[in-house]
Amino acid sequence: MAMTRVLSTTLAAAVAALLLGAPARAEDAHGGPIPPRVHWSFAGMFGRFDTAQLQRGFQVYKEVCSNCHSMKLVSFRNLAQEGGPDFSASQVKALAATYQVKDGPNDSGDMFERPGRPADAFPAPFPNDQAAAAANGGKAPPDFSVIAKARTFSRGNLTFLYDWLPFVGYSEQGPDYIHGLLNGYRDAPKDFQMPEGGYYNLYYPGHIIAMPPPLSDGQVTYAKDDKGQPVAPETVDQYGKDVSAFLMWAAEPHMMDRKALGFRVILFLIILSGLLYYVKKKIWADVGGEVHGLQPELHKTW
Amino acid sequence: MSGTASTYVPKSRVAKWFESRLPIVGLVHSSFIAYPVPRNLNYFWTFGAILAAFLGIQIITGVWLAMHYEPSATGAFTSVEKIMRDVNYGWLLRYAHANGASMFFVAVYVHMFRALYYGSYKAPREVLYILGVVIYLLMMATAFLGYTLPWGQMSFWGATVITNILAAIPVVGDTIQSLLWGGYSVGNPTVNRFFSLHYLLPWMIAGVVVLHVWALHVTGQNNPAGIPIKSGKDAVPFTPYATVKDAFATIVFMILFSWFLFFMPNYLGHADNYIQANPAVTPAHIVPEWYFLPFYAILRAVPSKLGGVILMFSAVIILAFAPWLDTSRIRSCNYRPIYRQFMWVFLGVALVLGWLGSQPPEGGYVLAAQVCTAYYFAHFLIVMPLCGLFETPKPLPGSILESVTGPGKQVSGAGMPAGVAAAPQVKG
Repeated sequence: MAMTRVLSTTLAAAVAALLLGAPARAEDAHGGPIPPRVHWSFAGMFGRFDTAQLQRGFQVYKEVCSNCHSMKLVSFRNLAQEGGPDFSASQVKALAATYQVKDGPNDSGDMFERPGRPADAFPAPFPNDQAAAAANGGKAPPDFSVIAKARTFSRGNLTFLYDWLPFVGYSEQGPDYIHGLLNGYRDAPKDFQMPEGGYYNLYYPGHIIAMPPPLSDGQVTYAKDDKGQPVAPETVDQYGKDVSAFLMWAAEPHMMDRKALGFRVILFLIILSGLLYYVKKKIWADVGGEVHGLQPELHKTW
Repeated sequence: MSGTASTYVPKSRVAKWFESRLPIVGLVHSSFIAYPVPRNLNYFWTFGAILAAFLGIQIITGVWLAMHYEPSATGAFTSVEKIMRDVNYGWLLRYAHANGASMFFVAVYVHMFRALYYGSYKAPREVLYILGVVIYLLMMATAFLGYTLPWGQMSFWGATVITNILAAIPVVGDTIQSLLWGGYSVGNPTVNRFFSLHYLLPWMIAGVVVLHVWALHVTGQNNPAGIPIKSGKDAVPFTPYATVKDAFATIVFMILFSWFLFFMPNYLGHADNYIQANPAVTPAHIVPEWYFLPFYAILRAVPSKLGGVILMFSAVIILAFAPWLDTSRIRSCNYRPIYRQFMWVFLGVALVLGWLGSQPPEGGYVLAAQVCTAYYFAHFLIVMPLCGLFETPKPLPGSILESVTGPGKQVSGAGMPAGVAAAPQVKG
């Protein structure tokens, strides 16, 4: 018996050493700062999109990002959907009409341009990926439809153990990364080899990003409130937050529906499992009660 | 179908007419109603029902998704996003299917650990157990094929890595690879045939599940004491006792499933899979889904490609040999003081292997993966045979009833009539 205990303790110690020892070595591989955590209105179990923020974020996308970045999977009509920026149907119709959309072929076989309709997807700034790449130093700017779900970063090796849990969990890496990136432009360190046309960014993997800093303070003019002040600060930090929130909505337009339904489903399941537990207890009482726990015979004291 | 004779007596004339022509109602009755269940089963034994529920969920959501999915290199990614955005409750279908696959594997790993810990693989349940290993292999193939269908970056590069692995098989490897590719690289024909196979394999799983249940009902269930049913008092009828317990456990498990589905739907996936597949850009780290990580770690632990492939497949196949590698006559680890500790160490090593599979294959990670891989195989090839020879087991209880109530005591209320619970076939 003593032999077994020694054996199992040694093995457990070896396993623990592997678990704890390896991450220390990994620091270098994953190095680099982690984007700061933003307090998002849509995070958590009861998270909701902030309509005003989504509208501002859309304004930033429209006035700045959309010059290079497409959003092919999102349509104008989506802007009027519930749980989104919540524009009115007439606003969306008017907005769509300001775009020219290529359609056709018509009856005579010609392609033609017409004003956009709410059902149209957002027109891409470039006709194809090759044109986008040629105009942007050889690499096409990524599409923005699902970018908030397509970007992440590592916060360390073992955060996965608790990141999924209720209340302490964390799944907003995407918007945090976008916000961090937009605010992450710095002068390159002195010994840093910066290739032609590259910019130094704290949070971009490898730190060399081809996109010039897209935002500057005061670049986008937000609507004014009663006192003539902008409704939100016209700073890069605020622009970054607003556009990240907007992109999160664009990537997950049914998020609020999903969380609302999920809350009801889980509540129902908890009540149902409670009832089933007592039904089971009652039924098993007929045969002298049920064995409890996972390993009852190990802890029996007769 | 069952070791016990059917006690079903049709009452109505229609039922009598039908039963004398096709006794399927009697078959269901003897398998899911009168079937004798050991009365000491703990919650580990509810995972069979949970797995059946998930097979159902996956098939139903999958059939609906297939109505909207477009299996082509140009259309797959967009059609999946259309499902997420424009199909009514499409997001629910897709997230349920994706997270359902993960939960299916959570449940199957608990189920497998249960089988290993309580010696459910030992005589007379070898065939039952091997059918389980076959289901697990089919599940792995199905899950891999399914993960390629959204045609994101991880889909594409995962498919590339795995099909390249198969090419390492001597003689037939290249043929298998080009048959899967349908061309000279992963491309449009690959998505087409992967979709076809992904729709085919679940029905094969369902077929083997029928065999698995059939074999179970011939041999009877194992139990935490690892001793057979000896009298009617050791057992209770499946319905209502096991039915209500399975239902309760399944609903509790659904709470975990719902948490991921509704609140963390992308937690178990990879951000890179929301980038459309691009053969010209390789992701920084190509990583499979979490449930393959231990095997991925084993694959990368070996410097030679063919060697890694052999070890990875062996790591699964070796499970099928457990009935003959284990020399102990005692089934349940609860009565095996030494092997019981090795079982927990094995679980720890498997979890560490999984974590190592998610890390880049460099430096200390590779060494750690090699040590863990060696231990993984040593568990089956050294620990299992030797423990049975040298270990002194604890005394077994006289009967299942005694393991519940203590020696010499009786419970109120009979379990089953003695005749009904005639012990299923008993050997070793």
